[in-house]
Amino acid sequence: MSAGPAAPLVEMRGISKTFGGVRAVDDVSVELAAGEVLGLLGHNGAGKSTLVKILSGVLAADAGEIRLDGRPVEIRSPRDAKALGIETIYQSLALTDNLDATANLFLGRELTGRLGFLREEAMEHAARGTLGRMRLQLPSLQAAVSSLSGGQRQAVAIARAVHFNARVLIMDEPTAALGPEETRKVGALIRELARQGIGIVLISHDIHDVFDLADRLTVMKNGRLVGTCRTAEVSKDEVLGMIIAGELPRALLAGGGRAMH
Amino acid sequence: MAVRIERVSLAAGRFAAGVALDPRLLAMLGVLLAVWLGFDLLTGGLFLTARNLFNLSLQVAVVGIMATGMVLVIVARHIDLSVGSQVGVIGVLGALVQTAWLTPGAPNTWWLACLAMLAAGGLIGLVQGMLVAYARIPSFVVTLGGLLFFRNAAYQLNDGKTVAPLDETFQLLGGGLHGTIGAFWSWAAGLLAVAAIAWAAAATRRRRLQFGFDVRTPLAGAAQVVGWSAAALGFVAVMNAYKRPGTGEAMGIAIPVLILGGVTLLMTILARRHRFGRHVYAVGGNPESAELAGIDIRRVTVKIFAVMGLLCGLASIVITARLNAGATATGTMTELNVIAATVIGGTSLAGGSGTIYGAVLGAVVMQSLESGMILMGVPSPSQKMVLAVVLILAVWLDMAWRRRQRP
Repeated sequence: MSAGPAAPLVEMRGISKTFGGVRAVDDVSVELAAGEVLGLLGHNGAGKSTLVKILSGVLAADAGEIRLDGRPVEIRSPRDAKALGIETIYQSLALTDNLDATANLFLGRELTGRLGFLREEAMEHAARGTLGRMRLQLPSLQAAVSSLSGGQRQAVAIARAVHFNARVLIMDEPTAALGPEETRKVGALIRELARQGIGIVLISHDIHDVFDLADRLTVMKNGRLVGTCRTAEVSKDEVLGMIIAGELPRALLAGGGRAMH
Repeated sequence: MAVRIERVSLAAGRFAAGVALDPRLLAMLGVLLAVWLGFDLLTGGLFLTARNLFNLSLQVAVVGIMATGMVLVIVARHIDLSVGSQVGVIGVLGALVQTAWLTPGAPNTWWLACLAMLAAGGLIGLVQGMLVAYARIPSFVVTLGGLLFFRNAAYQLNDGKTVAPLDETFQLLGGGLHGTIGAFWSWAAGLLAVAAIAWAAAATRRRRLQFGFDVRTPLAGAAQVVGWSAAALGFVAVMNAYKRPGTGEAMGIAIPVLILGGVTLLMTILARRHRFGRHVYAVGGNPESAELAGIDIRRVTVKIFAVMGLLCGLASIVITARLNAGATATGTMTELNVIAATVIGGTSLAGGSGTIYGAVLGAVVMQSLESGMILMGVPSPSQKMVLAVVLILAVWLDMAWRRRQRP
C-alpha cells in the first residue's frame, strides 16, 4: 500500500498547538501504517483530541509537519483532509438525525445530475453496496437515523467514511456509548477495515476500549508524548502506568521503546 | 375470527404504507373536512358553494405562495417576520413602476413590472440573508427590523398615497373577474395535472425497479394516482361551477391559483429532489454535523432568504394585481398568517422537518377558518382571537405528536 517500508501512511512530526498560553500539544510525533490500528490514549485534556483535530483539518498546528506517503501535505480544512482520504468519525457521530441513512452517507457529497438534482436511487444503490461490503444490515435505508440503535448509527458514520475511499480513519471514542454486543460488532468492523488496508486511529481515555483492538498504543499526558508501544508487548497495568504517571514501563525503556515514537 | 380481523388490519396497514400516505397528511385532510362541513352547517350551506370556494382559493394563493418559502426558513431554524412588509413595499414599488415610470397599457409594462417586483424581493432576501449568515445577527432581529423598515419604506416611496389604477394585463394576475382561464383551459390544466401525476408515479417506479428496489404494489400505486387525480379534477369541476356574475360563463381556475400550483410543485422539487433542499434540511437537523460534512451553512442561509424574498415578490404581484392598487398597508399582519399556515402544516419550529404541501394545506385551513368566520358574521377581533388559539393548539398537537414518535 505505502510507497515503501521507509514511508508510513501518515507521519505527524513535531506537532505543537497552543491555546492562550496553554500548550495543548507540545512537540508530539506519531506515525500510522496502512492496515494498522493505533490506539491514542490519555486522560481528558492530555491533548489527544487536539492532535487528531489537527490531522482532520479542524485545527491548524502552530508548528510541525504532516506527511502522507512520505510527502508533506497542507491540511487547512476538513474538506482538505477528506480530499486526502483522511476521514474522521466524531464521538457525536456528526449525523443529522432527521435524514435517512443514505442522505447521511452522502451528506455534502451528494450524487447529482446536471443542475444539482439528486440521484436518489443511485445513492441508495451505492449505500447498499457499501453496507454490504461492510457486512452490515440496517432495518431501512429510508428511515431517519434517529430511529436506529447506537451501533447502527456508528455503522452509518463508518460507512460514510469508508464509502469515499478513506485511507486514514480517525475514530473518537467509537465504542464508549455502546452495549457489549454492539461494541463487539463495531470492533470486528474496525479489524475488517484494517485488514482492507485502512490506517485507523482510535482515540480513548479508557484503555479497555482499545486494548484488544489496537496493534500499537500511543499515550499522551499534559500535551506531551509519553511513548508508543506494541500492544502485544505490554500489560494493561503497564499502559495504565503510562497514562496516569506518564512513565514508560522499564522493559520498554531498556528495549528502546521510545525510539519507535 | 380474531385471526381474520388481525389479517384485515395487517392488510390495511400494508395498504396505507404502500400508498405511502403520511398519517399527518390524512389527519390534516380530516381536520379540513371537519372545518368545511362544520362551517357549511353553521352558515346554512353558504360555505360549500362554488362562489365561496373560488374566493377561498384566491385567499389561499397569496398566503400559500409565501408559506412554501417559510417552510425552508423555519426548517433551517430561522424565522422571517418581514414577509408582510415586503409584500407592502414591493407592491407600492411595482405600482409606481407601471404607472409612473412605464406607460400603463403598453404591451411590455406588465411583465417589466413583475420582473422589477421579483428582483426587489430577491434583493431584500439577499440582504437580510447576508445579515443573518455573515454578520451573524439572529434572523428574528434582522427580520423584525425588516418588518418595521419595509412597511415604512412602503410609505416613503409615495408619501403614503395609494397608487391606482394599474395596468390592465397586470390586473389579470390577481385573478379578479377576468383573471381566470375559463372552462376549457381549466379542464386542460386538470388533465395535464393527471398526466403529470401518472407520469411521476411511473417514472419513480421505473427508476426503483431499475435498481432492484421494492416498489408499491400495483394496486396501491394505482390507488394513489387515482386519488390525486380525482382531487385535481374535482377542483376543476368546482371552479367551473362558479359562473361569472351576470353571464352563464364558467370562471374556471384563477390565475393566482395556477401560480400557487406551479410554486408548490417547484418548491417541492427543490426541497425533496435538489441538493439545496437536502442541505437546508441537514442544516436544520444538526448545524454542527452539516458543517463537518462540508456544507457551507452561510451560503445555504443566504439562498433560503433569497428564495423567501422572491416568493414575497410573487405574492405581492398577486395581491397588488387583485387590489388593483399599490397601497402602503397591503400585507399588514400577513406574516402571522404565513407562519401560522406553515406551523399548522406540520413544520417544526425546532427545525429539520416540514413539508411544502403541508404548508399549503395549512394555508387552506387558516384561510378556511377566516372565510368561514366572516360568513358567520363573527366580528374581526373575535376572528383573530380564534386564529391565535388555533395556532397555539396546532403547535401543542404537533409537539405531542413528535413526543409520541420519539420516545
